[in-house]
Amino acid sequence: MSKATWIRAAVLIGAVGALEIACRSGAIPATMVIAPSAMVVALVETLQSDDIGAHLSQTLSAVAIAMSLSIVGGFVIGFILNWVPFLRRAFSPFLAAYYAIPHFAFYPLLIVIFGLGSTPLIVLATLFAMVAMILATMAGLDRVPRVLLKTARIHRLSLLDEIWRIRLPAAAPHLLSGLKLAVAYSFIGVIAGEFILSTSGIGHEIAFAYDNFDNPRMYALILFVLAIVTTFNMVVYAYERRLMRRRGA
Amino acid sequence: MKTGATRLATVATSAQPDVHARLEGVTRIYPPRAGHGEVHALGPISLDLRAGEFFSVVGPSGCGKSTLLDVLAGLAVPSAGTVEFEGKPVRGEVPDGVGVVFQEDASFPWLTVEDNVSFGLRRSGVDAAETKRRVDFAIGFMGLRDFRRAYPSQLSGGMRQRVCIARTLVLQPRLILLDEPFGALDQQTRLLMGDELLRLWRETSATVLLITHALDEANLLSDRIGVMSARPGRFIEIVETGWPRERDSRLAERPDFGAVTARLWSYLRAESMQALGQGSMAR
Repeated sequence: MSKATWIRAAVLIGAVGALEIACRSGAIPATMVIAPSAMVVALVETLQSDDIGAHLSQTLSAVAIAMSLSIVGGFVIGFILNWVPFLRRAFSPFLAAYYAIPHFAFYPLLIVIFGLGSTPLIVLATLFAMVAMILATMAGLDRVPRVLLKTARIHRLSLLDEIWRIRLPAAAPHLLSGLKLAVAYSFIGVIAGEFILSTSGIGHEIAFAYDNFDNPRMYALILFVLAIVTTFNMVVYAYERRLMRRRGA
Repeated sequence: MKTGATRLATVATSAQPDVHARLEGVTRIYPPRAGHGEVHALGPISLDLRAGEFFSVVGPSGCGKSTLLDVLAGLAVPSAGTVEFEGKPVRGEVPDGVGVVFQEDASFPWLTVEDNVSFGLRRSGVDAAETKRRVDFAIGFMGLRDFRRAYPSQLSGGMRQRVCIARTLVLQPRLILLDEPFGALDQQTRLLMGDELLRLWRETSATVLLITHALDEANLLSDRIGVMSARPGRFIEIVETGWPRERDSRLAERPDFGAVTARLWSYLRAESMQALGQGSMAR
C-alpha cells in the first residue's frame, strides 16, 4: 500500500473510531448521533424488516432509469450540440447557467404535472443529471485532437467508423467523468426528491424516521445510501483508473 | 518489402512513365473569416513528383508547405488547379496508396502499439494471415518489437512517431507524405529517424515527399528539394542534390554537402525575412 493509502485509511478509521468513542462515552447523546457500530446493527435489522424491500426497489429503479436516461440522452444531446455549431451557440448560455437553478424548487410543479409516484422523481433526477453528461460529452468531443481526425480521413473511415473508432475512444476520459457525475446526480435527485414530497422510497423513509425520532433507522438508511453510492462510484472509478493508467494520464 | 519493386513497375509502365503525382496550377485560398480577410495561402504551384524519388519541400514558416501536402493528400481541395496521383485526379478524398505522417503525435493512446499499427488493416478486407505478416514486418522494421503490447504513453516521442510510420507502412503506400514528422524530436533522434526513413524509402521503393524546415535534413534525405517562397507559396527553385541512393547521415561529412545547404539558404534567406515581416498575420 502506498503512503497516501495509509493516510487515507488512518483518517477514515480514526474518524469512525472517534465517533464511536464519543457516542459510547455519552459525549454525543444518542438523540443526536448513534455510534457507528449501532448504525451497522440497525442497518442489518432494517434490511430484514418486511417493508424495506419495496422502498429500496422503488428508489433504486428510479435511480437506474434516471441514470440511463441522463447518460444516453446527455450523450446524444452533447453529441448533436457539438456537431451543429449554431445549435450550440443558441443553447450554450442555458447550459452555462443551468446549475445555478435550484431544481428542487420545481419538484412540486413536476408533481402537479406528472402526479405522485416515481415519474416526477425520475424527471427531476434526469433533469438534474443529464446536463452534466451533456457538458462532459461536449468537452470530450471538443478535445479530440485534429490530427486524429485527419488520420481517420487518411484511413478513409466512414462517418460511423470515425465516430466509433476515433471520436469516442479519444473522448472516453471526459465521457467517463460525465458518467460519474450523472450517476451521483441521479442518486441525489431521486433521494432528495423523496425527502421533500413522497410517500415511499428510501429518501422518504429517512425523512419519516427523522420525523419520528427513530434515529437507528434513519442512520441505518443513510449508511445504506452512502454504501451504495460509494460502491457504484468505486466501480466506475476502478474502470476509469485502468483506462487512464494505460493512457499514462 | 519485396512487393514494393513490382508495384512500382506497374506504376512506371502506365501512360506517364515518370510522373507519380502531379500538381498543376494549384492554389489554395482560405475564405475570409472573423478578424481577417481571405488568405491566399498557396500557389499557383506546379510540381511533378517522379516515381520513386525522395522530394523535400523547404520554405519560410507560414508559406503553405502543409497546405501543399494536404492538397496532394486529398485532405484539402484546391481553390484552383488540378492534382493527380497515378494518373487519376485527387479531389477531397485520400487516394488508395497514399500514406501520411504528421508532425503531431497521431498515435491512438487507447490502443497498444500492435493495435495502432494494424489499425488500417482491420475491416480492410486484408485477411488475418496477411495482416499479421504486414504488422510483424512493420513493427520489426521500425524497431518496435519489444514494445508490441505497450501503450503510446509508455513510449518516447520518437518511438510514437515510429508507431505512426509503422501504421502507414502496413498499408503499403506507394506515395508517402511526411509533414515535418521529426519536428518535435531532438537532433540526435532526428538524424537516426532520417536514416531509417532513407532505409524505408530504399526498401519499399515508394515515392516520398517530406515537408521540413531543417535545411540539412532536406539536403541529406532528398534527391530533389523544392524551395518555396513566402506566402502565397510557390517554388522559387528546385535543387537536385545528386546524392547516391545508398546514403545515410554520414553524408554530412562530405565536403560538397555544406555547399548544397548553403545554396538552399541563399534562396531562402530573403523569403524568410519577408515571412518574418508578415509574421503578425501568419496562419
